[in-house]
Amino acid sequence: MTTSKSKKQAPDTAPVKKQRGQWAEVWHRLKKNKGAMVGLTIVVILIFIALFSDVFLDYDTDVIGVNTAERLQPPSAKHIMGTDEYGRDIFCRILYGTKYSLSVGVVAVIIALLIGVTLGAVAGYAGGPTEEVIMRFTDIFSSVPNMLMALVVVAALGQSMFNLMLAIGITSVPQFVRITRAAVLTVKTQEYVEAARAIGLRNYRIIFSHILPNCLSPIIVQTTLRVASAIISASSLSFLGLGIPAPDPEWGAMLSAGRRFIRDYSYMTLFPGLAIMITVLALNLVGDGLRDALDPRLKD
Amino acid sequence: MYRYVLKRLVLLIPVLLGVSFLVYFILDLAPGDAVDVLAPDDATQEDRERMREELGLNRPLVIRYLDYMSDLVRGDMGESYLSGQPVWDSFIEKAPNTLLLGFASLVVSVGLSLPLGIYSANRHGTWKDNVSMVLALLGLSIPNFWLGLLLMLLFALRLGWLPSGGADGFASLILPAITIGTGMMATLTRTTRSSMLDVIRQDYLRTARAKGVSERVVIRKHALKNALIPIITIIGTQLGGILGGAVLTESVFSWPGVGRLIVDSLNSRDTPMVTGAIIMTTMFFSVVLLLVDLLYAFVDPRIKAQYATKKGGKSNDNKQKQKASA
Repeated sequence: MTTSKSKKQAPDTAPVKKQRGQWAEVWHRLKKNKGAMVGLTIVVILIFIALFSDVFLDYDTDVIGVNTAERLQPPSAKHIMGTDEYGRDIFCRILYGTKYSLSVGVVAVIIALLIGVTLGAVAGYAGGPTEEVIMRFTDIFSSVPNMLMALVVVAALGQSMFNLMLAIGITSVPQFVRITRAAVLTVKTQEYVEAARAIGLRNYRIIFSHILPNCLSPIIVQTTLRVASAIISASSLSFLGLGIPAPDPEWGAMLSAGRRFIRDYSYMTLFPGLAIMITVLALNLVGDGLRDALDPRLKD
Repeated sequence: MYRYVLKRLVLLIPVLLGVSFLVYFILDLAPGDAVDVLAPDDATQEDRERMREELGLNRPLVIRYLDYMSDLVRGDMGESYLSGQPVWDSFIEKAPNTLLLGFASLVVSVGLSLPLGIYSANRHGTWKDNVSMVLALLGLSIPNFWLGLLLMLLFALRLGWLPSGGADGFASLILPAITIGTGMMATLTRTTRSSMLDVIRQDYLRTARAKGVSERVVIRKHALKNALIPIITIIGTQLGGILGGAVLTESVFSWPGVGRLIVDSLNSRDTPMVTGAIIMTTMFFSVVLLLVDLLYAFVDPRIKAQYATKKGGKSNDNKQKQKASA
């Protein structure tokens, strides 16, 4: 989302025609990567499911409606993934859950992206004490293992979807700071930046329209991969009972509920996990494909 | 080199101060406090206030934090609100279990990913390479706790070969170690492969082959040795992931480690316990990262030479590292 926004900024810097050529070239390379295309197809389907789940599923009856007559039924023609301990259809719940996982993943990464890229760009561009302060703070933040930090934040803020996004977003900030700073450091010595400074452009203008558009590749790749890991973190926290509260069909929470029945009704843990895995795999495939497409030198 | 180590250890102090500050303050944001969890349901408002006073919770946050810190620098991590036991005792009781699990996971992950990565790089572009890379990507995409549940279902509940939980001997270590190890293995395999691929194209490998060195020796002595730096870096940073992943895996397998201690303490609003355990974990993680940096010197003589000539120039050896891993 944010990346496409920044893509639009890119034409500012160079003749429009040439810039478009660059992105067309990236798309051309991406199209040749079968894995990435499979991943992209799955991601598009998932986005579609997430956007329209309210149209074809009724939250009160299909998703959280209790039906004791049909509780704990194994997969069958009527319930292709079976039903849970309240008689709710697991397939419907998983479809509906797409919305939660995708939105937590995307929003968390947008939070991280906004904070991380800004701090990283400022640190890389300004240098000196500003850089020192930002980077030391980043060090402090990233010296606590991610999962532990997210746990603490979400436990302190309380259980809710937004707090989950915030917790995961905050813990992803350091990676974006580091990556952006590194990219800015290499770009800022280029002649066109010097030229921009020479004609008296303001610093924020130089950063946002001259430096950042040329640092996009690593940031885009990191964004895609981070959405994937954010989805895993979100379901992990929900699994520990610190994520999205019941009865919402978040995949991790469904897994955690199914865990009690694992001995006799293992399908309850099987399918939500599969859903997480497919989503994350698809995003990772796209991320890997983008990395190769954006920087062919990295491809072995 | 000693100066460098000393400098890094000194730099660790502000980081740990920052971490303790951060955790302590974030935890205080939460509504309610430990008394809400500890007090019996029929406790009167007065009882609760008295408990707050006993625990020191009635004082302002800054005072509590400063008090906590002044104890901490004297090596006293305070007492758990819940059990009244010293935090250090509870931590040190659980720490060996997590260390054991972490070490076992590391063995699993390195044992699988080095051979797989090298194998892949050697057969670069073939279907065997592709299959290994897909496997690695799968490993990266599987939620750890789910894999743990599946392994438990198959090997403990269905086949009954291994225990489903607890920390009781070697057999109970296998499933949790595989669970964490697989998650780590994915990134490590990919790093090993790309690092080996970089090295395989170097002239000195062609030279080694040309002078008739056997393929095994070429790979082991000439290629792997030069490809090690990025691999070691990843292993070091992934230890943080192990410590984090342990939270989930320990919960799945009822493994009595630090991860579960932290989750349980979070649930009972036991601030000293959580802060203490996180500070210790962070310290451990930072020391490991320092050790990894020092390990570079043993792996790469160029970096060792730098320690000898420049007295602990941090920025310099960072540059060297980047060069080496680029």
